[in-house]
Amino acid sequence: MSETETMSAPDQTPDQAPNQAEAKPERRLNMIEAINDALDISMQRDENVVVMGEDVGYFGGVFRCTAGLQEKHGKNRVFDTPISECGIIAAAVGMGAYGLRPVPEIQFADYIYPGLDQLISEAARLRYRSAAEYIAPMTVRSPFGGGIFGGQTHSQSPEAIFAHVSGLKTVIPATPYDAKGLLISAIEDNDPVIFFEPKRIYNGPFSGYYDKPVQPWKKFDQSVVPEGHYTIPLGKARLATEGEQVTILAYGTMVHVVEAVCKEKGIEADVLDLRTIVPLDIEAIEASVKKTGRCLIVHEATRTAGFGAELSALVTERCFYHLEAPVERVTGFDTPYPHSLEWAYFPGPIRIGEALDKILKD
Amino acid sequence: MADRPDPQAQAGHNAPGLSLHVPEPKFRPGDAVDFSHVDVGEPGKQPRPDETCAPETMRDFAYGLVRVLGDDNRAHGPWDPKLDPETLRTMLGHMAMTRAFDERMFRGQRQGKTSFYMKCTGEEATSVAASMALASDDMVFPSYRQQGILIQRGYPLIEMINQIYSNRGDKLKGRQLPIMYSSKEHSFFTISGNLATQTPQAVGWAMASAIKGDTRIAATWVGEGSTAEGDFHSACLFATVYNAPVILNVINNQWAISSFSGFAGAERTTFAARALGYGLAGLRVDGNDPLACYAAEQWAANRARANAGPTLIEFFTYRAEGHSTSDDPSGYRSAQEREEWPLGDPVMRLKNHLIELGEWDEERQEKMDLEAAEHVKKVTKEAEANGILGHGLHHPFRTMFEDVFEELPWHLKEQAEQAIHERETKFPGGLPNEGKGA
Repeated sequence: MSETETMSAPDQTPDQAPNQAEAKPERRLNMIEAINDALDISMQRDENVVVMGEDVGYFGGVFRCTAGLQEKHGKNRVFDTPISECGIIAAAVGMGAYGLRPVPEIQFADYIYPGLDQLISEAARLRYRSAAEYIAPMTVRSPFGGGIFGGQTHSQSPEAIFAHVSGLKTVIPATPYDAKGLLISAIEDNDPVIFFEPKRIYNGPFSGYYDKPVQPWKKFDQSVVPEGHYTIPLGKARLATEGEQVTILAYGTMVHVVEAVCKEKGIEADVLDLRTIVPLDIEAIEASVKKTGRCLIVHEATRTAGFGAELSALVTERCFYHLEAPVERVTGFDTPYPHSLEWAYFPGPIRIGEALDKILKD
Repeated sequence: MADRPDPQAQAGHNAPGLSLHVPEPKFRPGDAVDFSHVDVGEPGKQPRPDETCAPETMRDFAYGLVRVLGDDNRAHGPWDPKLDPETLRTMLGHMAMTRAFDERMFRGQRQGKTSFYMKCTGEEATSVAASMALASDDMVFPSYRQQGILIQRGYPLIEMINQIYSNRGDKLKGRQLPIMYSSKEHSFFTISGNLATQTPQAVGWAMASAIKGDTRIAATWVGEGSTAEGDFHSACLFATVYNAPVILNVINNQWAISSFSGFAGAERTTFAARALGYGLAGLRVDGNDPLACYAAEQWAANRARANAGPTLIEFFTYRAEGHSTSDDPSGYRSAQEREEWPLGDPVMRLKNHLIELGEWDEERQEKMDLEAAEHVKKVTKEAEANGILGHGLHHPFRTMFEDVFEELPWHLKEQAEQAIHERETKFPGGLPNEGKGA
């Protein structure tokens, strides 16, 4: 049991639907619908939860994650904001100090930078600097990652910046079921949480083959999202597939890409969907790498000082004598996210496949 | 294309050369100071608009100066808040206490009892009088120079000194730079060292209060130099967009460390005039006139509480001392400025007003000042019993790792173990003072 697991209740094993859902007919949602459901349930359960952001109100958000919420919960609790990420985060800090539980949306993670001082110097530090007199129980939702031809301002994966900040938690779901359970946990958490939604897999998982049609979520069991309230603890990884040959650490979109590559190459891997990078499920990582003796880390973000560097260091520090090959990283290139050359940038099947070949060579 | 530059021509050949304007204050060290260019208007001449008036009708208030106390030490005009003598004496007492506290803490820093201090000398009215016009549970988001609010709200001096000393009595566990107080009990937000961040937070708090149908309002204080930050723009914008029940107090004390107000735009306009572009109510007020400060804050509080909208108030004042214990103002400005400041000293002005009313005298003033100094001295001694900065470890070592998150994740737990191990290595017998103060 990791230390953080006790923070969220009820405790659940990954991919196990709660008992309450068993009696109800199976319901399949895409990730957008699952997020919308989590927001709706959180707002029903706690009148202090408010949703704010650019275009989130009447329109329901550019990705529809907040559709219908204003109509249901009123303009006082679901409202549009000025195009001012600094102001959005700052207002959420003030609302949190009042006693609300704000869920601000930053329309794209690429736009979050004007709000960084309010996140890093304020939200993340309130508890510490006031010795817990004031807290910032906010969840900043933001679509992130590429693969949608968004160019450099709608494609970035800036998770490592937030992982580097003491006092912030960073969550990245990879399935509709997880998105709902993790978002409810994040909203109920008394610390500020960055909740990055991999927009490439909003509607269906991604194999890495951009030239093949997208399969909708409803064809996959991970889209079975029970009605009602459930949580997935922050800091607990999900073993997406189980295998003896190699451990692959990934999160968000890349979980599905590596799963597809392994299937294609007939590699039996422990694919560990980290789900939250801070707090990190170090026990699950250690257990798996000690079992397989090989470790590949995959993320879409740029390579240098990316979160993969931290993972690589941790694995090396803790599992060195169990390793049979050097830890490998597959990442995006250290360039801005290109538009027309998106698929040359994206860490796709070739890059992942070659890394797996290398790591499994001996 | 007639306006296309001839590639062969010398740059700017046929047009005047462009020049960059870098603002420069009127007076530097050694200069004789003449403030006759500062138009301070006449006390009592400004009308007092209805609190619910439309911002666009308030243009003149952004450029004029609300003043009540005249050179004759009497209150003039419609902004006179008509406070009873007892309230005026209370106000004077809080301002005198603030000044006495500043004197003692500044000296304490010079004596090596702490690392840092910031006085608010000359600006006492902008915190004490303004705070008195608010309800005690209205939420304040101050900058680092509003110690007067805590004193006015009855926050125990010993708590302030414990924080300044980072000693074992410090409720903030020695984590914050001295004077970065926090007291939820006194509706006083935790002070940030990052500038102007508190201003849009105050607006967010006010929005929350409005969402909940509460009756409490929020007020924030920010220096004129810090209004240059984008956060201040966000504050003004969110305040006006949501008609938030908030007061944005800009303390224009002329100096931001060594940068005069011109670097925040004061050469071209006033800070109150910022309100006009947003559609906020804007008031420009004599910040050294305690009655005007009270009246303006009260006007804005009434407006906010009536759902009539937010207000931006520029308190026109002068920072009589350095920015902090870390700078020497004689290195960048004329020492004469303080003496020549056309709006005098707020403590003296209120004292003289009370004397003029027949409600005070020099003897009582002297006695009050003496008692304030002695009280601060006595409390300082009490606080010193809890330790001073640098004398041993005042807080248990593990507290360094607490409150990063509500619960301690594994990586911080591991790091805490490492830190404890390092201390045990350095002090094998253990630190006798650890967790118990000096």
